Amino acid sequence: MSTYSLSDGLASGAPRLSRAPLLAIWIRDSGVGVLASIAWIAFGLSCLWWEDVGDWSRTHSLGIAAFVIAAIALFGTVGVDYLGAAGQALHKRAPWLVALGAFLTVWEVATAKFAWLPLPFFPPPQAIIEVYTDDLPKLLDSVFASVKLQLGGYLIGATIGFLTGISIGWSRAVGYWVHPVLRFIGPLPATAWLPIAFFTFPSSWSASTFLIALATGFPVTVLTWSGVASVTNAYYDVARTLGARPSFLVLKVAIPAALPHVFVGLFMGLGASFAVLVVAEMIGVKAGLGWYLQWAQGWAAYANMYAALIVMSLLCSGAITLLFSIRERLLVWQKGTVKW
Amino acid sequence: MVAAALAEIATHPAAGAALDIEQVSHAFDIDGAELPVLSDVSISVEPGEFVALLGPSGCGKSTLLRLVAGLDKPKAGRLREDEERIRSPHPSRVVVFQDPTLFPWRSVWDNVALGLEAQGILRSQRHRVDAALDLVGLSSFRKAYPHQLSGGMAQRVALARALVNDPKILILDEPLGKLDSLTRITMQAELVSLWQRKGFTTLLVTHDAEEALVLANRVIVFSDRPARVKADIRVDRPYPRHRGDPYLADLRRQILGLLGLDATW
Ligand SMILES: Nc1ncnc2c1ncn2[C@@H]1O[C@H](COP(=O)(O)OP(=O)(O)OP(=O)(O)O)[C@@H](O)[C@H]1O
Ligand SMILES: [Mg+2]
Repeated sequence: MSTYSLSDGLASGAPRLSRAPLLAIWIRDSGVGVLASIAWIAFGLSCLWWEDVGDWSRTHSLGIAAFVIAAIALFGTVGVDYLGAAGQALHKRAPWLVALGAFLTVWEVATAKFAWLPLPFFPPPQAIIEVYTDDLPKLLDSVFASVKLQLGGYLIGATIGFLTGISIGWSRAVGYWVHPVLRFIGPLPATAWLPIAFFTFPSSWSASTFLIALATGFPVTVLTWSGVASVTNAYYDVARTLGARPSFLVLKVAIPAALPHVFVGLFMGLGASFAVLVVAEMIGVKAGLGWYLQWAQGWAAYANMYAALIVMSLLCSGAITLLFSIRERLLVWQKGTVKW
Repeated sequence: MVAAALAEIATHPAAGAALDIEQVSHAFDIDGAELPVLSDVSISVEPGEFVALLGPSGCGKSTLLRLVAGLDKPKAGRLREDEERIRSPHPSRVVVFQDPTLFPWRSVWDNVALGLEAQGILRSQRHRVDAALDLVGLSSFRKAYPHQLSGGMAQRVALARALVNDPKILILDEPLGKLDSLTRITMQAELVSLWQRKGFTTLLVTHDAEEALVLANRVIVFSDRPARVKADIRVDRPYPRHRGDPYLADLRRQILGLLGLDATW
């Protein structure tokens, strides 16, 4: 970075190269990184300076960790030329590091140190860290249960939705029978089925899988169908004059042409199924992050709730990132796809 | 390179087929009203003939080509390829449509390979795809996607996609319309030499009387919609033809007159 700025300075007139512009350039390029380091030092100090108003065991380690992050930010900024891609990545995220450090400092001071926010409801950062270290086995079990349930239901729903959508879009007879059912049942929120599903299915796990599949399947079906329906006839004409059989028309023309729509459906289905997953876990399934939330609420363990919420949001965001990267791979031929 | 590509494609000589269009009439329903498009069109094409179809815009030329391809059925009349009724599309009659209609999700190579893939013979015939791409001068774009091509390049890919199938009847709907005049002249020459080597029957729709006269050994002029055959003109001139040929200039004046332009042209 500084080599670039140096040549920049030289180009703008070597004789005028004095200390002041160099300093200005240095501040422009590295100032944010230094600021990030300062913010995290402040967070570390805020952990260690005052006594906690409550009894938390991770305050000291958290302060040390903050100093370590501050040091990494500083060295990363100073040595950006030698760190290659990692240095660039850090440089790009420096403003966020500043904001995060500042936020954590305020949070720490407002909760653990002076209790400006009412305490049991707003736990300090170290309380959440404590959950991650001390309650890890249970949290991991819950994550595992949620992922398993979500993945199973989603894959079933997406597959059935995709196949149904293709069939409705392709065959008039299938459309005749399935379309009215779809219109009648589809718009109903899947959670409305909850009480019935927990009665009629042999286990709460199968009931939840069914509900997640239902929530996923509806948008996937509708969008796959609309994707197939919107394929221009010109594509079929071309394929037919080149000797394509019906199976070729479905597999090599209709499906690839509909794929952009299908991914919109998969994206919407993912969102809908997250909601069902959490509700199902809270009400029926005695496992998973939804259940963990419910359980933490029962014990007024607010730190556990925040900890579970953070994990949940990371998982949901990760799932959507995964979906988008698959889409990017399959739809390279499209111009102007949105980066998630 | 082009000559080699031609030789490559021509390894399976498929002589042209005869085409009989017998008293074909066609009409479309637009909002309940009937729009007659073809009126009692009869054309008999010998195997290996190069027939150009000229007519005012919207008269029904593309519609006729769709009937020949077997994509639509005529309201009245019959179409035959080598005495056999045309009832459905067949790869022996390949169409280059007015729009290139490349599949945007396929690379250029995969687009050209479409016909061989659909017929299930791609695996053993991959060299034909390469040869067809060579022929239209787009070998270096084999991996590009259609949205990365210019309009003229896309049209050339569409041409390659048709030629790779060794058709007996090649149906061309203004395939050179979007090309710049230089590429156009080169492609015209390419088309003639390909046709001479392989002997397929060619049906070419064009707006350009000069193009028709340089390429075809028969020019059919249609009336306004509904299209009727207004004139059937033989062009008995050896190839390669020259644009300045006074005989062709004379025919051109005659054709433009038939299309409604007065003699000062
Ligand atoms: N699928 C269709 N449904 C209804 N009308 C149609 C359809 N296809 C074509 N037509 C009508 O038929 C007429 C002839 O169309 P066609 O495409 O054959 O013209 P063309 O001679 O190829 O014209 P151009 O030279 O401009 O391409 C037009 O008036 C058009 O509106
Ligand atoms: Mg047309």
